[in-house]
Amino acid sequence: MSDKIIQIDKMNKWFGDFQVLKNINLEVEKNKKIVVCGPSGSGKSTLIRCINRLEEHQQGKIIVDGNELTEDTKDIEKIRAEVGMVFQQFNLFPHLSILDNCTLAPIWVKKLPKKDAEELALKHLERVQILDQAQKFPGQLSGGQQQRVAIARALCMEPKIMLFDEPTSALDPEMIKEVLDVMVNLANQGMTMIVVTHEMGFAKEVADEVIFMDEGMIVERAETKEFFANPKSERTKLFLSQIL
Amino acid sequence: MNKLNFLTPDKNNLYPYLYTGTVLFLLSIIIVLSNSLFNLDLIYFLPGTISFFLPLVLGFIGLHLIRIEYSGIKLLEIINKKINTNNFNALLSLLILFVIIKSLPPLLNWFIIDANFSGDSKDACSGSGACWAYIKTWFNRFMYGMYPNEEQWRINLSFVSLAFLGVVGFFATDKFKKFLTLYYVVVYPIIAFFFILFFISGGPIFFDFSYGIIAAVISIILGFFIPSKFKMYYFIIVPITLYILLKYVFFYEELIELGKLESLEWVETGAWGGLSLTFIVSFFCLIFCFPVGLFLSLGRRSDLPIIKYISIGFIEFWRGVPLITVLFMSSVMFPMFLPQDMFIDKLVRVIIAISLFEAAYVAEVIRGGLQALPKGQYDAAKSLGMGYWKLHILVILPQALKLVIPGIANTFLALVKDTPLIFVVGLLEIVGMLNLAKTNPEWLGFAMEGYVFASLVFFIICYAMSKYSYNLEQKYKTDR
Repeated sequence: MSDKIIQIDKMNKWFGDFQVLKNINLEVEKNKKIVVCGPSGSGKSTLIRCINRLEEHQQGKIIVDGNELTEDTKDIEKIRAEVGMVFQQFNLFPHLSILDNCTLAPIWVKKLPKKDAEELALKHLERVQILDQAQKFPGQLSGGQQQRVAIARALCMEPKIMLFDEPTSALDPEMIKEVLDVMVNLANQGMTMIVVTHEMGFAKEVADEVIFMDEGMIVERAETKEFFANPKSERTKLFLSQIL
Repeated sequence: MNKLNFLTPDKNNLYPYLYTGTVLFLLSIIIVLSNSLFNLDLIYFLPGTISFFLPLVLGFIGLHLIRIEYSGIKLLEIINKKINTNNFNALLSLLILFVIIKSLPPLLNWFIIDANFSGDSKDACSGSGACWAYIKTWFNRFMYGMYPNEEQWRINLSFVSLAFLGVVGFFATDKFKKFLTLYYVVVYPIIAFFFILFFISGGPIFFDFSYGIIAAVISIILGFFIPSKFKMYYFIIVPITLYILLKYVFFYEELIELGKLESLEWVETGAWGGLSLTFIVSFFCLIFCFPVGLFLSLGRRSDLPIIKYISIGFIEFWRGVPLITVLFMSSVMFPMFLPQDMFIDKLVRVIIAISLFEAAYVAEVIRGGLQALPKGQYDAAKSLGMGYWKLHILVILPQALKLVIPGIANTFLALVKDTPLIFVVGLLEIVGMLNLAKTNPEWLGFAMEGYVFASLVFFIICYAMSKYSYNLEQKYKTDR
């Protein structure tokens, strides 16, 4: 029980009349790496955005690190500080330098002294191999570099869980690898990760489990090897035959 | 010599084309110039319409002939590139040139050559030009309104000190840089307010506050000698003690009478006027309308229905009524709703009214900037654990405000230029004083000079503001 860091129980979500997520049950244990895949519009992104409540769910329960996500905003800010997120469009703050991007939240949310926050930021920037760009602005960096900064920025909050929302989909092919390398590195250091991605190579290399979603439902969930070797449902087989 | 083709000038026959073209072009200029300067019509023998268009036609053909690419002559290339790229541009260039030649001499005549600069009555102005003696005589009133002459040093002192305090920020060292925003947004307006209250208004109020000022000054000077450990308590306890001592124990007022110091004479706001009033009204309205507008724009986007609909109602109300009625209401209707013994100064009411009016516009401008930001910025800030205020202050507003600098500058310029409207409540800033001077029986007939002067003054103010806003834009520019 104690090492289940995320528990989702009978969760439903609607956008207006349209039901995007149907009866989602999901449990994630600490230090597990989970890849979520599926065709576009299947609710993958919405699912992980629900985990730090960037989207609200209407029915069911989501418990993150022992705290249930409810209306109470104070709790949500606390949970969000523990759940890092990386977006498809990077979403760096263009008015701040790379270093300031990384120190902003630690200083103002975690109330770290500026000096400590900068030390921390430099450590994580080094980890994503972008230390030499610290004084530049996001607009001066390439897509791959920006995404690595975004990962460093999330890591600076020292989160327990990292969510990745199609982190490589907006990148040129030659930049995908540098971002995936950082993510593989991170996975090897034992971070709990949920990754929405189409990079099946990454899934095979890193993931403990793969979840396949379609039309707002979890169609199949299996150990990585099992998932690729003999998928059970027809829908999964079709998807894999198209994507591989 | 190669064959000449009139319609398509080319490089092979550069010089024939160049000479003919230049001669034709210069001829057209000379015709217009002689007409404008010496009133001499060189082509009087031609019928009316033709003589009217002849310079244009000559110049046009001339410019056409000298439009030769890669001629190797620097001046020609510059001319061709800047004013003579094609037939249409050549025509426009000619027209502009002619208008300048035609209008410049009369303007110069009126402004300088025929103008009267000296004298102190209407009789001095006999020429056909402008009567700058009028401006000279009334200059004092245009600057200070009905403010008593012998007290005007107070306005000068306040404005010079405030200008000095305003510029001080630019020389701040790195150590103080982070307090600059606080200084300009909070401290500076308060200082300005008290300057205006003490020096420009004066009167009994001056002495009520002067205990406080003297107490503060003494305690700040003493403060340098106090170890930093106790400073916190020191700055709370000492000023208050001093204030009480001055007011009730030392009988400060009697001291002043002993020293034969006279208090500053009270000048009611009705007597304020001229350019100084323009500055006072504009300054306070700019300072107040910005934060109000900022909160309204956030309120309009709020998730809380009460705040949202109050903001919408407020914005739509103030945008829906003309400024002139707002001013009128503030001065005539508003006092009726106040309790009998309560009195709010007319100038204060006007400043509040204009501030609220412009705040509605500022709110919508800022909302435009907020909407231009991608939703991902909100997501990213939220995912880092920022709440509503941190998200807005640290991430959203710095970007949104940067985007709307041109729009804010627009609104602020409009505000400054709207200040003359306060004449409807009897406050006369520079244009108001102008209208008053215009109707003075001894100085009838010089409205033109007055308005030209006022335009010049407003242009200088507004151009400075617009330059400053452009500088801000450049300063905060970062690549997206």
